[in-house]
Amino acid sequence: MENVIELRNVNKIFDSFRLNDISLTVKKGFVTGFIGGNGVGKSTTIKLIMNLLQPDSGTISVFGLNYKEHEKEIKQRIGFVFDENVFYENLTLAEMKQIIKPAYSNWDDNLFNHYVKTFELPLKKKIKQFSKGMMMKASLTMALSHHAELIIMDEPTSGLDPIFRRELLEILHQLMEDENKTIFFSTHITTDLDRIADYIAFIHNGELVFTKEIYQIEEEYAIVKGGKELLDRDTEQEFIGIRKSNHGFEALTANKSRIENIFGEMVVIEKPTLEDIMFYTKKGAERFV
Amino acid sequence: MQILISNNSKEPIYEQIYSQIKKQILKNELQAGQALPSMRQLAKDLDISVITTKRAYEELEKNGFIYSVVGKGSFVSEQNHEMIKERKLKVIEEQLVTAIQNSKEIGLSFTELQELLNMLYREED
Repeated sequence: MENVIELRNVNKIFDSFRLNDISLTVKKGFVTGFIGGNGVGKSTTIKLIMNLLQPDSGTISVFGLNYKEHEKEIKQRIGFVFDENVFYENLTLAEMKQIIKPAYSNWDDNLFNHYVKTFELPLKKKIKQFSKGMMMKASLTMALSHHAELIIMDEPTSGLDPIFRRELLEILHQLMEDENKTIFFSTHITTDLDRIADYIAFIHNGELVFTKEIYQIEEEYAIVKGGKELLDRDTEQEFIGIRKSNHGFEALTANKSRIENIFGEMVVIEKPTLEDIMFYTKKGAERFV
Repeated sequence: MQILISNNSKEPIYEQIYSQIKKQILKNELQAGQALPSMRQLAKDLDISVITTKRAYEELEKNGFIYSVVGKGSFVSEQNHEMIKERKLKVIEEQLVTAIQNSKEIGLSFTELQELLNMLYREED
């Protein structure tokens, strides 16, 4: 399968934070959800992919091209949705369109009008009067109106109500009917991903923990619950993170079948949510500090 | 083609799709040569990820229920012997369930029903 985005051994060092040796691929024709807590490197990674930041070392290619020689071409083929306002507040959407349109050779006014209509966006109202949801829709409209092959979104659903989140997912489903489209989006609302994401990339403390097919996660990871008498120095090593209470323990494993062999019927084994995986990974990382 | 997905089921969604399509093929509600919706179309209609329908179709193909033609899509396979057998078994199961229900209605015991089956089975030989 073709990779649309490819990061190889990317490092980026800031004063108080670093992205450490990130290697990440995003497959063509699929939706990859990018998860991780606040401040673990999601936005920095996206900025690197968009060439808004440059890596200290490592390589980044998009559509198999590098930014040094092909920046213009790459940007033509990407639709980018930010979680913050990137428009001029005192302009209307119609005026904003006139500014953005010339930048794209594939701009399609029909498509623009289609989305304006679908999203019920006002063309003549000043953007500063837009609600958070309207702003998001406007941003999405701009990103979709030039036939972008790759849609990159940074926290598109944060701060939006559940109804609009569902609407957004519906639009993404429609886009994915075309096998040449690829979506990469970061979120910490992991329930958004259950029905749309094909792959999950998980980042924690500046390091990529994994990129996996969503079913592979279900098959490998599990939540394990049992009595505390089962835990000792050795068995604790089997888990990524453990939460103990007076009534027993709950833990995450990345090797479900091994746990089934070790504990058998003595424990309850459940399917983990993405939140479970994020939570216990963080907990486990703290344990070794 | 009707597919109902339960989000509360323990069975993964791709398995639910797999078994429902398989069932319809075995019951001949989906006939040999009939085109299935594209993976992407089905994913959109069911509001699920493409990888889910892809996996369901791959399993169906692996087990010989459907085949795909590059650029044209997926189709229901000609029935092979394995499938016919499985379909027949399904029918037998349904008929036996009816027989059991009827037996229970008139208070016929399991042993009596077995004897009846034994006798009839030999008579056919």
